[in-house]
Amino acid sequence: MKDLFTIALFWSTIRTATPLLLAAMGGLFSERSGVINIALEGMMLAGAFTAAAVTYAAGNPFAGLAAGMAAGLLIAAIHAVVSIRYRADQVVTGTAINILMFGMPAFLSGAFFLSSGSTPQIPREHLVPWLPIVIAFGLVPTIWYVLYKTPFGLRLRSVGENPEAADAAGVPVARMRYAGVLLSGVLAGLGGAYLSIGQSSLFTRNMTSGRGFIALAALIFGKWRPVQTMLACLLFGFTEAVSYQMQGVFKFSGEDIPVQFIQMVPYVLTIIVLAGFIGHSRPPRALGMPYQKER
Amino acid sequence: MKLLRELVFPLLAVLAAFVVGGILILLIGDNPIQAYKLLIGSALSWPDGIGYTLFYATPLIFTGLAVLVAFRCGLLNIGAEGQLYVAAFATAWVGITLAQRSAWILIPLCFLAAVLAGGVWGAIPGILKARFGSHEVINTIMLNFIGIALVSYFTQYHYKVPGDPIMESSEIGQGAHIARLGHFIHGLPERIPLNLAFVLALICCVLVYLFLWRTKWGYELRATGASPTAAEYGGISIRKQIIIAMTISGSLAGMVGINEVLGYRHRYYDGFSDNYGFTGIAVALLGRNHPFGVVIAALLFGVLQRGGIYVDGFSEHVTKDIVQVLQGVIILFVAAEAFFRGQFGSFGLLKRSKV
Repeated sequence: MKDLFTIALFWSTIRTATPLLLAAMGGLFSERSGVINIALEGMMLAGAFTAAAVTYAAGNPFAGLAAGMAAGLLIAAIHAVVSIRYRADQVVTGTAINILMFGMPAFLSGAFFLSSGSTPQIPREHLVPWLPIVIAFGLVPTIWYVLYKTPFGLRLRSVGENPEAADAAGVPVARMRYAGVLLSGVLAGLGGAYLSIGQSSLFTRNMTSGRGFIALAALIFGKWRPVQTMLACLLFGFTEAVSYQMQGVFKFSGEDIPVQFIQMVPYVLTIIVLAGFIGHSRPPRALGMPYQKER
Repeated sequence: MKLLRELVFPLLAVLAAFVVGGILILLIGDNPIQAYKLLIGSALSWPDGIGYTLFYATPLIFTGLAVLVAFRCGLLNIGAEGQLYVAAFATAWVGITLAQRSAWILIPLCFLAAVLAGGVWGAIPGILKARFGSHEVINTIMLNFIGIALVSYFTQYHYKVPGDPIMESSEIGQGAHIARLGHFIHGLPERIPLNLAFVLALICCVLVYLFLWRTKWGYELRATGASPTAAEYGGISIRKQIIIAMTISGSLAGMVGINEVLGYRHRYYDGFSDNYGFTGIAVALLGRNHPFGVVIAALLFGVLQRGGIYVDGFSEHVTKDIVQVLQGVIILFVAAEAFFRGQFGSFGLLKRSKV
């Protein structure tokens, strides 16, 4: 038990928390503006694949990062147009995007790289193992400031809580929601890019393996607030790091705890928090509701 | 006339998806007409094409019905994936534990296991919503991961054949096998895994229809979905309806376990589901949340699944992943109904109220 908490585990936690944090911060923008974003997973996949493909082709990881963010933005634009402009059910749209992005990278890599779902290996000197970590953790205070101390943040929160009142006060509801969803795409795309060209050195089929959903869980666990969400990401990153370190079995006072139970922790905690057993987590009031301007 | 209108819109969505997919195929340098010809032709050939198409459609009918029942009550069950995993494992567990019993006892018990396990896993988010008001979408997502991890644990630590490198349980008893349709139909070889679960799926479809539109309980469930406040005013307990709908929904998703374990692999195979639960959402939406529409939509997706494998093998660049892309685009178009409404007049779909 004692040698479990080492420096290695600390860094491993930071590394596993980073993609979660980036995606969760993205989700924060979208959901605070009133648009449910279960498409974080799909946006991360888009970012991960595009970043790896572009870095491989261009030999430049910064081009890769930019492309990953652009891919997330593009997917977010689909989510935004369908759920804001055409007022589709946001959960359904998100599910569609996840299914679409489950297939799309594999489809494209099959065509471009003649492989079944992965990109070629990227040389070590073209990886960016540190930059996204710095960005992710540096963003938290920035996002806190933007959300609570700027007019933009106030407007964003107001369209998520009470779009009618915001509209009456002259806030452009649709535009704020577009901004929220598009920002979420950029951040989730960056989170995905970190997975493929930061943590790893290529894109593999379904490489996010549910991290978009864990990010969503962290967002709920963190009660849709930046600092709490970061702590949740660290906690969930820690559980993931532990499950890597233990390679299957986690010893706890002599008892073996199988890795599956450690993997469940974030999900169980989220259900408990959402049910209000440990401090109630209340979503933005207008979350999931399309807004139609009165004519 | 009404039926025609009901059909036009999903057809448009499918057509639009095929156009988008076609453009993608063109972009990667293949011939879309040829790819689609291969896809549909291979799925409709007798007996292999049709046999496999119906086999792939079977789980989708179950999950489509599952999503539909929840949807009619105003709920979105995106937890069918977890429900069907838990149920499939429970089915295999009964089949392994009582392996020596005769078919007369074993098969009904395995059926019961599938229905109960799926029902319980569906009821949990229902109860959480009814009791604490927590959103069923989040809870079903979380329960997907929990359920999948749980059965993976049981498989790995308790039910795997020692030394087997594959994550799968040992085999269920002979008595629990259900017959393949090739056993009854002349010209359909028995190697095709299409089995009696397909017939069960069709029966469930009729039962769901009768339940929703011909019984008092179904009426109450739909009333809750149509307008929770009006339903409550009329003396219907919304909380009860939420739990009932989610339980039935989970049970229907759970029946995928019957197809998979009793009819196909005869064991629990970890990670067997090809996103059946999520595709069920697409099936229900495309089928306009009607049981008979679900069957048609499931058949279409069965065609895609079967054809996708062929396209993968016989075209230069296109892989079977095109199927996932098409499915995603179909749901997007179905969801963004207003997109077509603007162009083609009025349709009334997707009236999901907030419970």
